[in-house]
Amino acid sequence: MLGRTLREASAGLKQGHITPTELCQKCLSLIKKTKFLNAYITVTEEVALKQAEESDKRYAKGQSLGDLDGIPIAVKDNFSTSGIETTCASNMLRGYVPPYSATVVHKLLDQGALLLGKTNLDEFAMGSGSTDSVFGPVKNPWSYSKQYRDKRKQNLQGETEDSDWLITGGSSGGSAAAVSAFTCFAALGSDTGGSTRNPAAHCGLIGLKPSYGLVSRHGLIPLVNSMDVPGILTRSVDDAAIVLGVLAGHDPKDSTTIQDPVKPLMLPSVNDVSKLCIGIPKEYLVPELSGEVRSLWTKAADLFESAGAKVIEVSLPHTSYSIVCYHVLCTAEVASNMARFDGLEYGHRGDVDLSTEALYATTRREGFNDVVRGRILSGTFFLLKENYENYFIKAQKVRRLIANDFANVFNSGVDVLLTPTTLCEAIPSLEFIKEDNRTRSAQDDVFTQAANMAGLPAISVPAGLSSQGLPIGLQFIGRAFCDQQLLTIARWFEKQVQFPIIQFQEPMVEVDCSEIFGNEKLASVPLKQ
Amino acid sequence: MAAPVLRLGCAGRRGALAGVARGSRRRSGAPNGFTFGGLRGQISVARPPLLTAQEPRKGAREWEAVVGLEIHAQISSNSKLFSGSQVHFAAPPNSLVSFFDASLPGTLPVLNRRCVEAAVMTGLALNCRINKKSLFDRKHYFYADLPAGYQITQQRLPIAVSGRLAYGVCVGTPRRMAVRTVRVKQIQLEQDSGKSLHDDVRAQTLVDLNRAGVGLLEVVMEPDMTCGEEAAMAVRELQLILQALGTSQANMAEGQLRVDANISVHHPGEPFGVRTEVKNLNSAKFLAKAIDYEIQRQMKALENGGEILNETRSFDSRLGCTVPMRDKEGKQDYRFMPEPNLPPLVLYDSASASLPAGADAQQVIDIDCIRQRLPELPSVTRDKLVQQYGMRPEHSFTLLNEVGLLEFFQNVIKETRAEPKLVTNWVLNTFLGHLKQQSLAVGESPVSPSALAELLTLLDAKVISSAAANQVFEDLWSSPGKTAAQVVSEQRLELMEDRAALEQLCQSLLEEHPQVVTDVKKGNPRAVNKLIGLARKATLNRADPTVIKKILEEKLAS
Repeated sequence: MLGRTLREASAGLKQGHITPTELCQKCLSLIKKTKFLNAYITVTEEVALKQAEESDKRYAKGQSLGDLDGIPIAVKDNFSTSGIETTCASNMLRGYVPPYSATVVHKLLDQGALLLGKTNLDEFAMGSGSTDSVFGPVKNPWSYSKQYRDKRKQNLQGETEDSDWLITGGSSGGSAAAVSAFTCFAALGSDTGGSTRNPAAHCGLIGLKPSYGLVSRHGLIPLVNSMDVPGILTRSVDDAAIVLGVLAGHDPKDSTTIQDPVKPLMLPSVNDVSKLCIGIPKEYLVPELSGEVRSLWTKAADLFESAGAKVIEVSLPHTSYSIVCYHVLCTAEVASNMARFDGLEYGHRGDVDLSTEALYATTRREGFNDVVRGRILSGTFFLLKENYENYFIKAQKVRRLIANDFANVFNSGVDVLLTPTTLCEAIPSLEFIKEDNRTRSAQDDVFTQAANMAGLPAISVPAGLSSQGLPIGLQFIGRAFCDQQLLTIARWFEKQVQFPIIQFQEPMVEVDCSEIFGNEKLASVPLKQ
Repeated sequence: MAAPVLRLGCAGRRGALAGVARGSRRRSGAPNGFTFGGLRGQISVARPPLLTAQEPRKGAREWEAVVGLEIHAQISSNSKLFSGSQVHFAAPPNSLVSFFDASLPGTLPVLNRRCVEAAVMTGLALNCRINKKSLFDRKHYFYADLPAGYQITQQRLPIAVSGRLAYGVCVGTPRRMAVRTVRVKQIQLEQDSGKSLHDDVRAQTLVDLNRAGVGLLEVVMEPDMTCGEEAAMAVRELQLILQALGTSQANMAEGQLRVDANISVHHPGEPFGVRTEVKNLNSAKFLAKAIDYEIQRQMKALENGGEILNETRSFDSRLGCTVPMRDKEGKQDYRFMPEPNLPPLVLYDSASASLPAGADAQQVIDIDCIRQRLPELPSVTRDKLVQQYGMRPEHSFTLLNEVGLLEFFQNVIKETRAEPKLVTNWVLNTFLGHLKQQSLAVGESPVSPSALAELLTLLDAKVISSAAANQVFEDLWSSPGKTAAQVVSEQRLELMEDRAALEQLCQSLLEEHPQVVTDVKKGNPRAVNKLIGLARKATLNRADPTVIKKILEEKLAS
């Protein structure tokens, strides 16, 4: 049952094949067995079992709350959860137990979802590897997959020590690993420059970044308020649509959410893509792009074309400025948003009390890692009166140009853009940490960031396995608030691709595969060539 | 010679700051004699002891001072600017703090509609242009009572701009009211901070966040004022307007109205000098004192070849002087940034434009709708008083300036048949005099409007003499609850109507005082006054002095 999608599990619950408590216990047991992945910072076993019990009762009475009732989920540890520690993977918030829950968490729980735990991330979501957490890095479940191990053995005989584990990507790596390892059916991530889509691509998952303003940010501990969006990680596009359907809509607690009522999200089953126009942005063909990703990208374009869609090359001329522009806007907001962490009201407090200033300095030096402190310093510099015009204002103008690029393309009749999500597949941690966080973030966000600048919905869909046996994702970017259309196209693509399910090997061998997949035959559908 | 105002060492003049150089656009008012915020005659300007004894030096150049104000008025609203927390003065510490107010991570601001309406209404009352689109910004600084590390304010595009405020000052001899105008640069919505209580003995600071996030209107006034009194009167007028609108209770003692003053001095015809900012002036008296002290200090420093630093100072009310503030020595860079969690604040004016596209009529605030709801402003009320009751303008100012006095006056007028002039005199002299003597507010008066109304009706109908009326008032004051009629009948204070008895009294007085008769006959008619006084005494104020006078004169003439 665990190997199923959310929709299938939901059907199983409704048909009584399994109870929420049974499902919850299976997931909790799998979380324990996969602890070495470090996907979870906090496992909320008691909470989950209590919620499961409630759900049991509802199912027994035939009063299920809907598709999410009894479904185990996980939430990135930068969403506030009432009564449950919320750390942002930082010393600053270690031990911080919020008195309220984020709107998105509320919405999921109101629908009967079971919260299994809080997932690991880069400190305050600043990173693209999920390696910069005070709780240690997250390991990519694919490091232990049969697909990867088999290829690896061919290349490096005998060397299978644990040190060559792969990164999940980030910063929502914990959520991605949790879903990818079947410990839950969906997880919330957050996406500011690609933090949901990037790990989704590396872990073979669907990673959805909804339109800015469609989903409430209330309770999401911010990185960049003007770009942050709660993200959704699932194993199928349908599942992402179910979760989005629950999360979308105006929140009186978030003034940046849209006022218009959101229609229930229904994905029409589309077999015909011949009326679609797919744009391929030429600027996304960068020299750093791996050959394998490039060829999968081309294949995907051909897939649409052969199904009758119009596939055209388009230009987003300001894309190349996106990274530097993001650097200014992101660090400026970070400097501002992090100002509240002074040790007075909550979180870590240093024990130097010579003066208030000394207390602040000690608290912040001890509480934040180098990456956070570095961004605060840069941001403070950009916001100084003498620099504001030259940096912040200019970056805002560039942001407008980037957004206009998209508007122009969509106005010219393009329905959706097709791009890579990442430059290449997941790389081993040892290789990843050769470069610093800033360099990595700049490289890894190159395809994903612009959608955040423009507030557009975007989704990463697994497109195939690399020659190393690792997932590669492709990204679709849609028109603002056309999330439903985006999902519909993504689902068509998902159906064509038939991405293979991860198969576990040691040390995941401890995990009984029959527990995950039940009696089903292991699905291992080869890529359509 | 022009009054040597603002001149160093101008001696002998009350307050040392009695006018402005000839040809100057503005004249500074002399200290007034009418009441102001319960401080009759206390808005006199500071008189630094060092300067009073000096004579103006010959050829010394004149100085002009300019004063601009930044006034923070707490918006009268049940909840805070961006959160649902209640707003109460003197609630237990940290009892009115929402998660947002305490800046818990992940919380977001939600703008309070009531605060926006209050800002628009205040803007309209101050003749401002209301911006159809305004923006919010973050102003950063680290302080223990600012939990988020920034204040949300409106730096770039405030809600209202380019207004003006007319206020009155008392000038000349005899005193008369003159109208002054100060330009209002802008009104912005912003959050208040919490309160820090520093315990120097234990070297610790206690923080109360009840006030953190309360909505403020920051009213920025251009440097169009020239002395402490003008500033104080402008603030008083603003206070009256805010109270009339109900947009702020504007109680200075409770910190609902706080004033920062920007002050500089220069020679006439030259550019403005370097300014200092005196912060946190929390009473009208200290506001005027601090400004005048600061003007004198700057002039003296410059005369002595010193220089003025662009600095922040505070007023030490005990010593009566301004001192540099220690914690704000360096120039702060507030690192302003747009507030990303609040979309632009969009208003519309149904009088001049239709609803903006895509806007929800329920959501968007209609400026015209607020314009229609504007109550009568104090200046209009005063004009009406002058026209309706033939009152002198300064009396109308006094009636409005004293909290509750206008209402008291109007209640008396409603219930009495006495002439408005009589009522004005009694309310402003006898009644207000008694209040002042005992430092009472109008609301604390032992004499009710009806009691005074009845008294004045009796006086007007000549049932009692004016001397008896004063006696009745004393009785009413000391034994609240009695009516004027009761006092009059208990003490038999009615005017004696018995003509024969009065004639008999006069006859016997004339007989007892032959000297007076002789004096009058010798051509000193005023000598009769002595007898009138005696008659009053003999009748215990019950005789109408005019009747007595008439009888005496008749008898003397015969």
